[in-house]
Amino acid sequence: MVVYATRRLLFLVPVVLGVLTLVFLIRALVPGDPIDILFFGQMRPDKATVDAMRREYGLDVSLPVQYIRFLGSVVRGDLGKSVRTRRPVRAEIQARYKNTLLLAFGSLAVAVVVGLSMGILAAVKRDTPVDTVTMILAMWGLSMPAFWFGLIMISVFSVRLRWLPVMGSESLKHLILPALTLGLIASTVLARITRSSMLDVLSAQYIRTARAKGLQYGVIILRHALKNALIPVVTILGLQMGGLLGGAFIIEIVFSWHGVGEMAVQAIQQRDFPVVQGVVVVVAVTYVLINLAVDLTYSALDPRIVYE
Amino acid sequence: MSDAVAGSSTRGRPIKAAVSIDERVRPRRSFLKPLFRKRPAQIGGGIILLLVLCAISAPFISPYDPYRIITSDRLKPPSAQHWLGTDDLGRDQLSRIIHGTRTTLSIGIISVGIAMAIGVPIGVFSGYYGGRVDLLVMRWIDIMLAFPYILLALAIVATLGPNLRNAMIAIGISSVPGWARLVRGNVLAVKGNDYVTAARALGASDGRVMFAHVLPNTLSSAVVLATLQYPAAVLAAAALSFVGLGAQPPSPEWGALLVGARDWIWTASWLVNYPGVAIFLTILAFNLFGNALRDTLDPTLRDL
Repeated sequence: MVVYATRRLLFLVPVVLGVLTLVFLIRALVPGDPIDILFFGQMRPDKATVDAMRREYGLDVSLPVQYIRFLGSVVRGDLGKSVRTRRPVRAEIQARYKNTLLLAFGSLAVAVVVGLSMGILAAVKRDTPVDTVTMILAMWGLSMPAFWFGLIMISVFSVRLRWLPVMGSESLKHLILPALTLGLIASTVLARITRSSMLDVLSAQYIRTARAKGLQYGVIILRHALKNALIPVVTILGLQMGGLLGGAFIIEIVFSWHGVGEMAVQAIQQRDFPVVQGVVVVVAVTYVLINLAVDLTYSALDPRIVYE
Repeated sequence: MSDAVAGSSTRGRPIKAAVSIDERVRPRRSFLKPLFRKRPAQIGGGIILLLVLCAISAPFISPYDPYRIITSDRLKPPSAQHWLGTDDLGRDQLSRIIHGTRTTLSIGIISVGIAMAIGVPIGVFSGYYGGRVDLLVMRWIDIMLAFPYILLALAIVATLGPNLRNAMIAIGISSVPGWARLVRGNVLAVKGNDYVTAARALGASDGRVMFAHVLPNTLSSAVVLATLQYPAAVLAAAALSFVGLGAQPPSPEWGALLVGARDWIWTASWLVNYPGVAIFLTILAFNLFGNALRDTLDPTLRDL
């Protein structure tokens, strides 16, 4: 297990290197001179200032040298400086990263609690209205634009009922609506997977044995069936984390939640490439690490899965 | 495929080409019947048909010019004159949504088209040649898949600049890894078949074998992926437009109609509700249809 985890971590090196290369290309491929883009629509400062800026942002050397420097500084934890605020990108991301993770994991919690309960219920009450409603909700979740659902949540819970704040990220109260928005949509997919996985398990011999020896139905469902049904669910959860991280980007805009997504979208509009690069690197690496965690969870869930 | 039959018959083999072509064509045609017997396919297909009609006849059926600003008609709630109300510039919302159908439907086609145009050849080459090419392609796909879908699209939009054309390119490129992986897997499964060996034995070039013999036999899953990616592309484009990185004003793209909708949520809820309903129904229709198509064409594709 430790050997496997180490090897997987080593395998991350080429993937992260690839991510960094792609991210570097994002700026390198931008047509036009970065300084020109920065001053687009404004009066261009004199040549001395421009040259100084070029040096400041490391644009005065050839692309391969820029690439090596970029890799070197990322390894040292330096993500460059924002073109707009002139502050280190790392500090800007640090201040907001926590919020994005809070939103992503908050919605994950909602998705797991709601999705698993719905899925189990639908499997146990197969072919009843409960089951039908779950399947309809699954289709609803697949088709619902998260940003629109967020707007509807605002209009119901903030505008009509006045229960929750509309925007901002000052308190946990502010987290409720965005986390529900993302989480409820994700839960419907999870419910569908849980349902079908539970149905497979429920027809297994050992469930019949458990019933025959007179165990309580609830114990059978939760201890015998659910544990065995979880593996496909965990796989989907890992995939959904990508969706939740990406979805958080859009939802942060809807709720003015001050996370890295909101920052990235603003940075794109302001052509602040170091910030965009920084966010992309951080989020992609986070996602890769989450997928590693998901893979390692399998063997904890099912001792039959042995990694070498 | 039929070329192979024709080719062998010209060599004087006693194969009755007409009969064998007939046998091959029949099962392909008949999938439509079981498909449209399914209720979800009927509902989804019906909505899609309506959308297409809407898009084609947009200038004739919309009651007003979608771009015409009438300041005296600002923020009118739904009424007999303006069925779905007017926006903050006094433009008729129904007309804007109807015209938006054109943008939305073409976004899906173009994005999926871009994804296929790049992803399918990559998948075919990678699967067919195997070896080092395949290894490289698969590593590259691993890297692309390290980005959440929307993040990759955002990164590409950041490079190209925020507008609708670039958003479509970004969405297309973001779905390339998925296409390459699916096609590669299918090619791997098909290339060991006897008819592929036969075609090679007959002296067909690699290109011919790949695109005339292997590729057509992987089509059904590609069709399913395309119908399921279509709504995903529409959704992503609407999301990008919504955050200001896709269609720019005054475009009536549905996601763009919702830009700034939050500001009107207190006073003009119709500005939030109707464009959202339009997006939701469109995506729902394609999902319903796509799922039914998948179940009909190939029930083993449940994971797509």
